Amino acid sequence: MLLVRCPWCGTRDEIEFRYGGQAGLTYPVDPEELSDEEWADYLFMRDNPKGPFRERWFHTAGCRRWFNAIRDTATHRFVATYRLDEEPPT
Amino acid sequence: MTGRRVDVGGAWIDRSRPIGFTFEGRELTGFEGDTLASALLANGVDVVCRSPILGRPRGIVSAGVEESSAFVQLSEPWFEPIVAVTMVNLVDGLVATGRPGVGVLPIDPLPTKPTVHRHAHVEFLVVGSGEGWHPTVGEAVQRGDRVLLVEREPRFAAASPDGVTVLTNATALGLYDDGYAVVDERGPERDTLWHVRAGRVILATGAHERPIAFADDDRPGVMLAGAVARYIRDFGVLPGQRAVIFTTNDSTREVAQTLTDAGAEIPFVADVRLGWAVAGTEGETHVEVVHLVGPQGERRAVEADLVAVSGGCNPAAQLFRAIGGGLRYDEPLATYVPDESGPDWLEVVGAAAGIGLPPCAAYWYTPAEDLSTHFVDLQRDQTVQDVLDAVGRGLRSVEHVKRATYIGTAIDQGRTSGVLTAEIVNAALGWELGAQGPTNARPPYVPVPFSVLAGMDRGPTLLDPKRTTPIHAAHVERGAVFENVGQWLRPRYFPEFEEDMESAVARECLALRTAAGVLDASTLGKIEVVGPDAAVFLDRMYTNRMSNLAVGSIRYGFMLGLDGMVFDDGVAMRLADDRYLVTTTTGGAAAVLDRFEEWLQTEWPELRVFCTSVTEQWAVVAVGGPGARDIVASLGTDVDLAAEALPWMTWRAGTVAGVPCRVCRVSFHGELSYELHVSSWHGRHVWDAVVAAGAVPYGTEAMHVLRAEKGYVIVGQETDGTVTPDDLGMGWIVNPAKGDFVGKRSLVRTDPLRMDRKQLVALLPHDPAALVVEGAQLVGSADLPKPPVPMLGHVTSSYRSTILGRTFALAMLKDGRAMHGGTVWAASNGATIACEVASAVVYDAEDRRRDG
Repeated sequence: MLLVRCPWCGTRDEIEFRYGGQAGLTYPVDPEELSDEEWADYLFMRDNPKGPFRERWFHTAGCRRWFNAIRDTATHRFVATYRLDEEPPT
Repeated sequence: MTGRRVDVGGAWIDRSRPIGFTFEGRELTGFEGDTLASALLANGVDVVCRSPILGRPRGIVSAGVEESSAFVQLSEPWFEPIVAVTMVNLVDGLVATGRPGVGVLPIDPLPTKPTVHRHAHVEFLVVGSGEGWHPTVGEAVQRGDRVLLVEREPRFAAASPDGVTVLTNATALGLYDDGYAVVDERGPERDTLWHVRAGRVILATGAHERPIAFADDDRPGVMLAGAVARYIRDFGVLPGQRAVIFTTNDSTREVAQTLTDAGAEIPFVADVRLGWAVAGTEGETHVEVVHLVGPQGERRAVEADLVAVSGGCNPAAQLFRAIGGGLRYDEPLATYVPDESGPDWLEVVGAAAGIGLPPCAAYWYTPAEDLSTHFVDLQRDQTVQDVLDAVGRGLRSVEHVKRATYIGTAIDQGRTSGVLTAEIVNAALGWELGAQGPTNARPPYVPVPFSVLAGMDRGPTLLDPKRTTPIHAAHVERGAVFENVGQWLRPRYFPEFEEDMESAVARECLALRTAAGVLDASTLGKIEVVGPDAAVFLDRMYTNRMSNLAVGSIRYGFMLGLDGMVFDDGVAMRLADDRYLVTTTTGGAAAVLDRFEEWLQTEWPELRVFCTSVTEQWAVVAVGGPGARDIVASLGTDVDLAAEALPWMTWRAGTVAGVPCRVCRVSFHGELSYELHVSSWHGRHVWDAVVAAGAVPYGTEAMHVLRAEKGYVIVGQETDGTVTPDDLGMGWIVNPAKGDFVGKRSLVRTDPLRMDRKQLVALLPHDPAALVVEGAQLVGSADLPKPPVPMLGHVTSSYRSTILGRTFALAMLKDGRAMHGGTVWAASNGATIACEVASAVVYDAEDRRRDG
């Protein structure tokens, strides 16, 4: 079970959290302006890298806040976690 | 094999404390400290069980977790369907019988040993007590670190330094990310499943000796050499009196010394490095003659009752490998040892890392014309010939060979057969040694009873939390039959006298339609959405407009997924300009709250809105039926209940039955309805008052029938994540003029606009007594054509309607709205039921009943 560092609560067991998929996707300002292809791209297409990946996590059983993480998909390990209003660490 | 207790050795047993036990109906005696294996050997038991496929007699081949031959079922002191005899600590009154191959659970559950789960947090976890962990742990203890050592054996071989917490009879079942380990501690009266979070984990799991395959190598009396020495040393048991040693390495010198010290003879040592090998064995129930083959092919036969075999040692690196560590072939050891990979919190030491193991010749089986009794995996009855046959059929990967032969899938998970199989495959393919290693063994490292994994989370009350409404006690008193709705326990129906469900539901439905009924609707999910931007927020979450809802009004709404499919439904009540109460489906409450919070935090942090779950704070007593107004009035209320004063889809705050109440004109059945929302504390009081005033309690089953008669959908029953509002005939609920909302853009993608989508219809079976099966497929003819049969849709709900005096169903049917009046057939179990397709609302389509 992974250890996850919530930016507000500190390090907790993975079971307290819910995975929220790729981070950094922004809901389009005006979806109606998008073509079907562009909308489908927003809706369905996700990166699937081997290595560091920006993800969203939700501290369901804790502070109930969303935050972002950089996690290595090859080793499972978290490189960093950061608040939604923070820039990803370089 | 003619084992007996001897005077030498026996470090683990207490000869002053005999223990009585029963094996195959025979009453036998062992000593405190024995395993069942050592006690059986001491009593001269050679055959423990029969092999599962071939029925060959099988004895004990090892002294530990790698046992692949001797299995029993225990019935006392605790039932265990199948376990290796080497893994059972002897206790008084133990009752065992041989059990080949697969364990069998009795039809009537037997009591299992109590289990608790515990958590431990340590800086260091040491798994096993092999060599090599002392220096690191010594330093850790000096620093004041918490150190936990878990040892699978009942005793701890070496001395542990002060400051180390030791668990014996404790096996690490698996290692998981970030130093998480699950450990099964098997106590005499109670098992403990430990969840350990460790900063660092040291694997000191040692190594397992591997056998060499030869003809009839499964005959009782063939035993791993290290096990022979251990039985003498630790248990004072000499497994045989005349022992042939078959070896690839020098570790057997010590075994030979131990054997002779205990009084055994050694007629021959077959060392493959000198060209000698054991070719086969002979004997009735156990080894009596051992056939040998020499460097020039010369044959010899010697009388012996024991063959002590050592093919070398394999590091016990299963836990390392399962968490991502790799293995490399080590030529001097002729086996696989952990490489430099694996997580940084994990360290493998001692024999588990290949350190201190005896160099040996790479020798897997004695060549022979006939390899069909050269057993590789005893518990799966698989031989060298079976492996070669698999390769002959074109399989090259050990993973494929494993799945073709099942080698390595038995209880020992290939601990003795893995390397052997891999190298037989490599050699058969002409590949070099170590070209591919053994298959990966996944957790659990040893078999673990489900009762241990369950711990105390079992039985009707502890398996899962049960949620009950504040009115629950009243339902119990009334004799309700309950059903699980998510974690909620809801009354399904309230039988009177000897009623069955069908009669009870019919009576409850009729009461609601003709007089008055009452439903405990407290399980509805309820969320207060509060803040200056609450109205804006709900407009974005629901398909219809919530911002122009007047305070005191109620609106039914849909929420869609981003993909445009129906996600949840419920009503929004406007409590104040900046305050709404929204209801969700009983099962959807948590998901809806999650979703509100997700959008508020991740997309619209500028919106000033708070969401609070108030599901448990409000009891909901839903009074419905033509008599509902009189019933509520009779309770005493200051709310004007007249239809003009309190119209459909409005609510008023006031007092009912002496307690504060929100009286809401909403229903899930189409009759006149007053949903009474009161504080949870008052739920029981109001319910009792309503029932005393003559309303008939009804349960979820009647609720389902009543709502279906009106064509009201249940999200998750009519919908399955592929259904749009228009598919349900509820296009009116989508307000495209109000601006963007979640899912809106998806509704105009190509797929939701297809003409042949499944649409909600009602089905009226031609035979009004015929009940179609929920989930049945809809087809276009009475006789089923040859498959593939074109599927037109499926039945989502099916009931007997008391008020209509007939059966009916709801279904999702391709282009269904264009088929009203037509016929489809509901197919189930090869039979079909003809049904007329109709509008989804089969009762009171004009909504004439809702105001009473």
